[in-house]
Amino acid sequence: MIRVKKVSRPKEIPLTEKLYLVEIAKGLAVTMNHFLKNLTNPRSIPTIDYPEVKRPVPPRFRGRHRLTKRPDGTPKCVACYCCATACPAVCITIEAGEHPDPQIEKYPVRFDIDMLRCIYCGMCVDACPEDAIRMDTGWYTVPERNREDLVYTIDMLLSD
Amino acid sequence: MERILFFIFGFVAVFGSIMVVSRRHPISSVMYLLLTLFSVAALFVLRKSHFIAAIQIIVYAGAVVVLIVFVIMLLNVAESKIPVERPTLAQGVGVVAAGLLMLEGALVGSRYGAQIEKAVDVGTVEAVGKALFTSYLLPFEITSLLLLAAIVGSIVLARKKF
Amino acid sequence: MLIDLLIVIVKIAIMLAFVLGLVPVLVWAERKGAAFIQDRMGPAKADIFGLRLAGLFHPLADALKLLFKEDFVPEDAHPLFYRLAPVFAMAPVLLTFAVVPFGDTIEIFGRKVPLQVADLNVGILYVFAFSSLTVYGIILAGWASGNKFSLLGGLRSSAQMISYEISLGLSIIGVAMVFGSLKLSDIARAQGELLFGVIPKWGVVVQPLGFILFLVSVFAESARIPFDLPEGESEIVAGFHTEYGSFKFAMFFLAEYVHVVVASGLIATLYFGGWQIPYLYADGFHLFGKVLHLPFALVVIMQVLAFVVKVLFFCWFFIWVRWTIPRFRYDQVMRLGWKVLLPLALANIFITGSVLLLFGGAKPL
Repeated sequence: MIRVKKVSRPKEIPLTEKLYLVEIAKGLAVTMNHFLKNLTNPRSIPTIDYPEVKRPVPPRFRGRHRLTKRPDGTPKCVACYCCATACPAVCITIEAGEHPDPQIEKYPVRFDIDMLRCIYCGMCVDACPEDAIRMDTGWYTVPERNREDLVYTIDMLLSD
Repeated sequence: MERILFFIFGFVAVFGSIMVVSRRHPISSVMYLLLTLFSVAALFVLRKSHFIAAIQIIVYAGAVVVLIVFVIMLLNVAESKIPVERPTLAQGVGVVAAGLLMLEGALVGSRYGAQIEKAVDVGTVEAVGKALFTSYLLPFEITSLLLLAAIVGSIVLARKKF
Repeated sequence: MLIDLLIVIVKIAIMLAFVLGLVPVLVWAERKGAAFIQDRMGPAKADIFGLRLAGLFHPLADALKLLFKEDFVPEDAHPLFYRLAPVFAMAPVLLTFAVVPFGDTIEIFGRKVPLQVADLNVGILYVFAFSSLTVYGIILAGWASGNKFSLLGGLRSSAQMISYEISLGLSIIGVAMVFGSLKLSDIARAQGELLFGVIPKWGVVVQPLGFILFLVSVFAESARIPFDLPEGESEIVAGFHTEYGSFKFAMFFLAEYVHVVVASGLIATLYFGGWQIPYLYADGFHLFGKVLHLPFALVVIMQVLAFVVKVLFFCWFFIWVRWTIPRFRYDQVMRLGWKVLLPLALANIFITGSVLLLFGGAKPL
């Protein structure tokens, strides 16, 4: 059963509103005020001039991934597959190789993140036991011209 | 110059009106009707009747034909459903007879009076206004009554309940 | 003979350059003004060698884009009328500007040259006749596109235009009665007089009700917001130009802005003194019995500039209103046209006639 809710309406519209003209003049005054305010003081416009000016990113913002490095420059990642397992979008592909240092078992030969699949949930970061993957680059647009270019390889992820 | 223009616009007017009756699609007919109205308005201008020319365009081209187009568009008959008319013998005879009649009229007219008068101020704003409000005041007012009756009649017809 | 022809051609060229040249500026003003009214930045990115000029190059880029797009005809469209419609939309509007005077009569090479393309003795009726033809562009576009939304737009526009033409015509009659002429040049000249020696006898002063009626009707005639039901993009996609692309769309776009310029020119001429500047006459300023003499050439230039400024102001007014008022509903448009504007216009004529008969010294026949 559909119930109809009665909305009360003003019974009598005053003459000034019925005439339209007064109300239109009021509206014109409002828009003119905005126009003049923004014309004389363009800095008050909240628009951010995007590609040139970027909105400041909060510190815990989840942006594009990066792989952290050891002091000697090699990736911290030990290819444990924790991130790939945790990833709900299945966008991480890891191929492990044997590390020359016997203290470290494995290292990633291949570490690809398909940015087209990534949903920026940050679960890979939570899952990592080595603090090897982070999303703190603050970089949120990843436009490319080809799909292939959006599969980020280990070199790209290590570069910053 | 005036004569050349008269022949040009006269030809366009006749051509347009022939096309109006011979086109298959109503919208094409209407566009040719528009052309005819325009060339007739141009003929009025040649006779220095600017007022009548302007009124011709405002009333006929601007309002009446728009209403005709409005109705055609509302009905919007599909192109395939428009009946194909084939010319019959009677139609052919009619066209020839009409042509002969016009020729005869022109001949008789040229023989007895009916000369091309100099353009006079009968179609200017002042002349039309004066004529309407002095010598033709009664017909003018009766026309307005007729129109009023037509409006009332159409409202009565349009209303569902009486 | 030849020089007369040359003068006419030059006048036409100036007029066309003015009207068509104003269009990109108006498009820019519309976008930028809308942005500022809505607290945005507006177009600012297009540049030539790094020069941006607050987005002034955007209309240029748009025009180029529209020129280079594919010029197609939809399958269901009527091929001839589909192509003809943009021309029908554009031509009558441009023709209307021919009778708008942009200055007083001047003398060049010993000839009297009125600063007006055509000084017709039925000027107002001419305006009226051609403004009533603009509807064909929209109707034809709506019908020939073979699209139901276009057809709806065409139907709406034909009903709307016929309704508002009546109040438009009747509201101008008041002006013609006061100034006693249908010639636009006479009307503009008559507005140089003073009422009671102080107030300029502008159309808006002697015909305030007529001015409001004319303004509303002209908005409806040019199908601008709040009367842009033929387009109604939130209801019928884009109305009559849904199926148009490339430069055929650009023609409609151009026609809309030319319509705005022409309407502004008419408002300025009929109700705001045309090229007249108050207290400025052929030999200089006359104010409170004192005279400030100015050379005639300077006066003419000032008057033409005054006309341009008035036109620009009303163009801006069109834009300003567009970003203030929402669109009317269809039944509201019809009710406003027939039940409010038409009786008011008739009342205006009656009152004007009575006042002229009682105080104006008009002779009864």
